Amino acid sequence: MSEEFKIEIVNPEKSFLVKDDVSEVVVPAFEGEMGILKDHISIISFLKPGIIKVSSKSGDENYYVEDGIVEFKNNNLSILTSSIYNLSDMDKSVQQDLLKKAEEEAGKSDINDQAKYLVDQKIEVLKTLN
Amino acid sequence: MASLDDLKKRIASVKSTQKITKAMKMVAAAKLRKAQESAEKGRPYSEKMNNVILNLSSGISDKENAPKLLAGTGQDKVHLCVVMTSDRGLCGGFNSNIIKKAKSYFSKILDENKQLKIITVGSKGNDQLKRIYDDKIIENISFKESKNANYFDADKVGKIIIEKFEAGEFDVCTIFYNKFKNVITQIPQAQQIIPLNDEGSENSSDESYEFEPDEDEILSNLLPKNISTQIFKAMLENSASEQGSRMSAMDNATRNAGEMVDKLTIEYNRSRQAAITKELIEIISGAESL
Repeated sequence: MSEEFKIEIVNPEKSFLVKDDVSEVVVPAFEGEMGILKDHISIISFLKPGIIKVSSKSGDENYYVEDGIVEFKNNNLSILTSSIYNLSDMDKSVQQDLLKKAEEEAGKSDINDQAKYLVDQKIEVLKTLN
Repeated sequence: MASLDDLKKRIASVKSTQKITKAMKMVAAAKLRKAQESAEKGRPYSEKMNNVILNLSSGISDKENAPKLLAGTGQDKVHLCVVMTSDRGLCGGFNSNIIKKAKSYFSKILDENKQLKIITVGSKGNDQLKRIYDDKIIENISFKESKNANYFDADKVGKIIIEKFEAGEFDVCTIFYNKFKNVITQIPQAQQIIPLNDEGSENSSDESYEFEPDEDEILSNLLPKNISTQIFKAMLENSASEQGSRMSAMDNATRNAGEMVDKLTIEYNRSRQAAITKELIEIISGAESL
C-alpha cells in the first residue's frame, strides 16, 4: 500500500508544480503549520507567509509562499497561490527585495492588525532564509 | 481615366500598405500563440478557485449573514459595469463587439431607471463610450505599459472594485470582455461578479470539509481574491481574442490589398497598351497620307 498522494500547486499564470508521488507536505496554514499525509480529512484552509515543504521519493523541496489557499480532498492536495518561489533557485536579491517591501509595509501607520500580523510573519520568514 | 503616372503611384502605395498589414498579421499570429498559451495555462487557477468557493458556499451554515460579496447587498439599484477593451486599434470588430454588447446592457439598465456607473479598462473602450456615457464613467484604467496581461494588473482593478463595493457605491457588478473561442470567433461576454452568480453549481459536492479558520473567515478572504482572478481570466481571454481578431482582420486587409493591386495593374497595362496603339495609328495614318 503506497503512502503517496497527489499535489498540485497553481498560480494565476500556470500550473506551478504537479506531482503524484509525495509522501508528506507541510504547509504554513493560517493557524499554524500543518503537516498533511495520505488520507487526511478533507480540509480547506489559508496560507500565511512561510515555507511549503514537499517530501517525495526524489527528495525534499522547499517553496516560499506569501499567501494562498489549500484544499485537500480525496488525496488530492491543491494549493492556489499568487506568489510562490522555489527556494533552491530563488535569488538572494529577490529575497532582499521582498524583505525590503515587507519592511516598508510594516512601517506604514495605517495598516490594520491582521495585515500587520501577516507582514510581520513575512519579515520573520524572510529573515530566517537569509 | 487616370494617367499612367497616377496609376503607378497608386499601385506602389497599395503595395506598401499591403506590406504593413502583412507584417501586422504575422506579429499578431506570433503574439496570439503566446496569449492563447497563457490563457490556457491560467484556466486551472480560476477553475480551482471557483470550485473551492462553490464548496464553501454550499457548506455555509448561515445564509443571512453570508459575506456581501457573495450574497449581494440585497438591492439592485446601482449597477457597475467594467468594460474591458484593448489599448490598440486595427483589430477588426474586437472592440466594437464588446461595446455593442455593453451598450445594449446599459440601455436596459437605464430603461429600468437604475443608476449606472462605468469603469473602462483599455483606452479604446473609453474613447468609444465617452461620446455617449461620459457622465457615467467613473474611472478609466489603462495598462499600456504592460506588455502582457499579468496578475498584478488584474489585482489592481480588483482592488478598485472591492474598495468601491465596500464604500457602498454600487450593488451589482458586471464585467464585459471577449471570450476567445478560436481565431475567427470571439464571443462578447457579460459576466456578473458581484454578487457571485452560481449558475454552474451543478458539481457542488456533498463532501464535508474541515475548515480552518471557519467558513466565514475563509470566504471573506477568498472572495476578494476571486474578483481579481475573474478579472485576470477576462484579461487573458481578451488578449487572446484581441490578437486573434487582429490576425484575421489583417489577413483580410492583406488579401483585399492584393486584389486591388491586381485590378490596378490590369488597368495600368490597358492604358499603356492604349497609348501605344494610339501612337501607332497616328504614325501609320501619317505615313499613308504621304
